[in-house]
Amino acid sequence: MSDRTIDRVAQATPVRVARKIRGLSDRAIAWIFIAPTIFLLLAINIFPLIWTIQLSFTNYKANRIGREIKDVGFRNYERILTDSDTWLNMQATAHFLFWTIFFQVLIGFTLAWLINKKFKGNDLWTTIIVLPMMLSPAVVGNFWKFLYQPQIGLFNYIISWFTGKEPSSFEMLGSVKLAPWSIVIVDTWMWTPFVMLICLAGLRSIPDYIYEAAEIDRASKLRQFFTITIPMVLPFLMLAVLFRGIENFKMFDLVVQLTGGGPGSTTELTSINLKREAFEKWRTGYASAYAIILFVTVFGLASIYVKALNKVKQR
Amino acid sequence: MTKFLNGLLRLRRGPWEMVATILIAVGVLMLMQPFVLWAFTYSFIVTLIGTVMFIIVSHFPEGE
Repeated sequence: MSDRTIDRVAQATPVRVARKIRGLSDRAIAWIFIAPTIFLLLAINIFPLIWTIQLSFTNYKANRIGREIKDVGFRNYERILTDSDTWLNMQATAHFLFWTIFFQVLIGFTLAWLINKKFKGNDLWTTIIVLPMMLSPAVVGNFWKFLYQPQIGLFNYIISWFTGKEPSSFEMLGSVKLAPWSIVIVDTWMWTPFVMLICLAGLRSIPDYIYEAAEIDRASKLRQFFTITIPMVLPFLMLAVLFRGIENFKMFDLVVQLTGGGPGSTTELTSINLKREAFEKWRTGYASAYAIILFVTVFGLASIYVKALNKVKQR
Repeated sequence: MTKFLNGLLRLRRGPWEMVATILIAVGVLMLMQPFVLWAFTYSFIVTLIGTVMFIIVSHFPEGE
């Protein structure tokens, strides 16, 4: 069957092209195949990166095309790293990053563990749980804005039902204390299913005979959980943390929809601050330096994580 | 400890990757901590050194 296909392809190839290809080595043909990918990578990833690095040492402003571009050395980096407002933005990002990952891993793993127990209708529950992840962040941001409304929002009513406080006595998005937690809640609601799915894949990859062997050795359920389940799901869990960590470090759309960085700058994450510098204040050189700082941080973290992941896999 | 120092002197991947990892982790902690501004100021250079070091030392030979 495959011989016939090869014959048909050979017949369909124009004689001129066939002659040209026949003269090429395997290595040259391989290069022809990967050249478009390499070209795209250079054009879309490498060139903008090098250009951003170059711009970060200048006072370039993208809205003033004819203006003379001056080399400012490391001044942009110096300004960013001595600015107390940027420091506050970084702290807001750290708060968001830490708590979202903590809750997503905790709830995601618990849900996966429960779903993995074979019960009637668990496929339906999986579908229902996974729904938030499929929505657009703009849509999620918008409807959570309604849910957080102090007068008509369902969230405030549920909290008041548990605590006995008046629903209109607190504002999730307007309060300096509560706003950072409100974005944590929404991101956790939206992305916990993703962590759950990855954990579920990990749990389903554990063969039953390992548990059966542990049962024969009279290992308790708790022992089985800590010596079989957790170590075998760990690579998957680390992968989920890596994905969510990098994604949340760059979080933009959801938070812009919910709070727009406010009140004040309590929820102004680094990516929102970066966008303001680049496209509202038009300090392109400064914003480039900011982007490079964030890039190096994410790249460094990703390197550590990939190394840790390989180690866990080798165990 | 002696094994670690020997690995460093003989340019082995394991110990050098460990040093780079520690530098990156310290740099990120310095970047995100809420306590002292000077730590935030020097965080980038620490992370950058760690990251570049990580890329270089990941090409070193494995220890025996």
